[in-house]
Amino acid sequence: MKVSLFSTCVMDLMFPQVGIAMVEVLERLGVETELPEGQVCCGQPTYNSGLVKESMLTIKNQIDAFEDSEYVVGIAGSCSGMFTEYPHMFEEGDPYKQKAIDLANKSYEFTQFLYRVLGVKDVGATFNGEKATYHRSCHMTRILGEREAPFILLDNVKGLEMLPLPHLENCCGFGGTFSVKAPEISEMMVTEKMNDVVSTGAEILISADLGCLMNIAGKLNREGKKIKVMHIAEVLNNNVDLERIDKVTNPVFAEA
Amino acid sequence: MGLSTSTKTFAERLEDSKKDTFARAAVAKAQDAQWEKRETAREELGNWQEWRDIAESIRQHTLKYLPHYLTEFSDNVAKRGGHVFFAANAKEANDYVKRIVLEKNAKKIVKSKSMVTTEVDIDPMLVSLGDDMDILETDLAEFILQVADWDEPSHIVFPALHKNRDQIREIFAAKLGYEGDNDPVNLARCARDTMRKLFLKSEVGITGCNFAIANTGDINLSTNEGNADLTISIPKTQIVLMGMERIVPSIKEAEILDNMLARSAVGQKLTTYVTFAGQKAEDESDGPEDFHVVIVDNGRSNAIGTAFESILQCIRCGACLNVCPVYRQIGGHAYGSIYPGPVGSVLSPVLGGYEQYGDLPYASTLCGACTETCPVKIPLHELLIEHRKVMEDELKMHHDGSFVNMEMNAVGMGTGHPAMFGMAVNMAHTGLSMLPKAKEVTVEGSLFKYGAVRKAPALAKGWTDVRDLPVAPPHKEQFRQWYKKHKAGK
Repeated sequence: MKVSLFSTCVMDLMFPQVGIAMVEVLERLGVETELPEGQVCCGQPTYNSGLVKESMLTIKNQIDAFEDSEYVVGIAGSCSGMFTEYPHMFEEGDPYKQKAIDLANKSYEFTQFLYRVLGVKDVGATFNGEKATYHRSCHMTRILGEREAPFILLDNVKGLEMLPLPHLENCCGFGGTFSVKAPEISEMMVTEKMNDVVSTGAEILISADLGCLMNIAGKLNREGKKIKVMHIAEVLNNNVDLERIDKVTNPVFAEA
Repeated sequence: MGLSTSTKTFAERLEDSKKDTFARAAVAKAQDAQWEKRETAREELGNWQEWRDIAESIRQHTLKYLPHYLTEFSDNVAKRGGHVFFAANAKEANDYVKRIVLEKNAKKIVKSKSMVTTEVDIDPMLVSLGDDMDILETDLAEFILQVADWDEPSHIVFPALHKNRDQIREIFAAKLGYEGDNDPVNLARCARDTMRKLFLKSEVGITGCNFAIANTGDINLSTNEGNADLTISIPKTQIVLMGMERIVPSIKEAEILDNMLARSAVGQKLTTYVTFAGQKAEDESDGPEDFHVVIVDNGRSNAIGTAFESILQCIRCGACLNVCPVYRQIGGHAYGSIYPGPVGSVLSPVLGGYEQYGDLPYASTLCGACTETCPVKIPLHELLIEHRKVMEDELKMHHDGSFVNMEMNAVGMGTGHPAMFGMAVNMAHTGLSMLPKAKEVTVEGSLFKYGAVRKAPALAKGWTDVRDLPVAPPHKEQFRQWYKKHKAGK
């Protein structure tokens, strides 16, 4: 099985180690990867700003970049979620309409791909009894519709105690350009999120979306809070026990 | 007050709400409490998503055939001896109500909570009819706002959410001579004593309308205090104001929507009083002898046939406010519209235009909680993007804020071309690495591996105003570089 990696711009700009972790986990499970060169951003920053016409170049570019891929696996739920929005952006009869549907159908966020397609629950990651909490990103949950996969994979990480985060359903205040356009509101939101994270007593904050993670971590750092912040790919790639890795089974959702 | 609740700018209102820590805490507490009640009420019903589908289809159907159902309703009201008036705007609605009140020479008017009467601003008109006018809001929360010199509502369903019992006690003490404590039971008793006196003497009753029933000419009202029932049954003259979209074909559809409304709004199966009423029939013992329905457009038809038509599906349950993380922080008054929260951010620009309400569609992270909870499936967060699209792409009224649109256009260019994207990534690193760093990085893990930026200019200014920004890795350590080497090493 071969997957095309959707590397996303926040990762490209800021966090190579997260992409590396994703590649290592996938390859350990026997998945071959490729990184289509032509890919750029998913177009969300401009699209959500209302610059819909200006986004179409980006969006068509992404569709073209992944046209020949069998699976497209992204490192951020929000960005993969954006792919599922593409089909609405083209009128019937537009040649890009079907291509957009195809891309949406073969796109997965990383943990979603592990759980839904590979049928894997335990990737062998191990910790030493640390306590962690998970921030669920809104776009991964509501736009992409993936609520379960990260929790199932995290529950199978040995030596990691997962603590529930209060107000799990609430946005952290990132919202892409919202965080720079409306910093006052964003601050109020991220402050509550930070306090919720701190209130759990967790030593590690985990998320599957780098935007949210960068937002909450940025606030934690500004306030001098001591906590470890990890992307879920880094967690799933931590201190791996090769003996324990689930065999890749039949896809759970074969219709994908 | 009308649709607009403030003359301040959005930024000024935000500043006010940030300072009002009491109101913020009250909203957060109310949201948390509502969450559980609403979830329980939904679970009890079972198959919530199917109910939503049905509710959506009822609302869509009615909107599609709106002229038909409005005509049917109007004919049925007339058949029973009542009157229907179509008001194109707030002035026409007010003029009609004024004419009726003057004709009746009425001095004592009772009102039951209604958003549309606030929207068209009936109260000051009634007050202006003379010093001897006695006007009474009979919903407890609206009564509190009225006594507090007509303070503005901050929530569609819980209009006095921003006031606590101590504040209410002070208001009652100052305005009503109340001498008791801050116990809600005693406060409610004080309000009731004031209200009952006027109820019995009232000459005109004014209510809103949750749904109008097309095939009977009845109106449907949901309340928990029974105040609407008294407002309908005691005065001889009844004036109902309704938004023109608040109509259903028959009582069957109203029943479904009442279920969705009560469960979504207050987490109840049904509200304590669910009333169907209209012109008093010959053999009935109570009810209005003179029954008027004012059907208000006031900007609603701006949405018909556009991408925003689905906002008229709204049944004013306020559930989107109760899940909105932005509303949670800034409260209702910050929106500057009597319709706050996600529904207000979509509806207010439709009714009142972008010049005044153009900030509201940007006051959202597009998290989608509103869309997910809406009992009639309005795609609220998508409509917020649609507003932005109209403003940016069609009207070219660029929304700057702290974020200049030129820069956003540059982002569009940068993300659209693979080559430029690569350049942008490199430039971002160079730019970020030159900025002043935080002395200490407390957050562990790889996110701040290259340090933290405290103060950034341009695009990232808003970001670093409130939080730190991780420094980007040097070019040779970027993911694409690593991946090339990784593949070559295979």
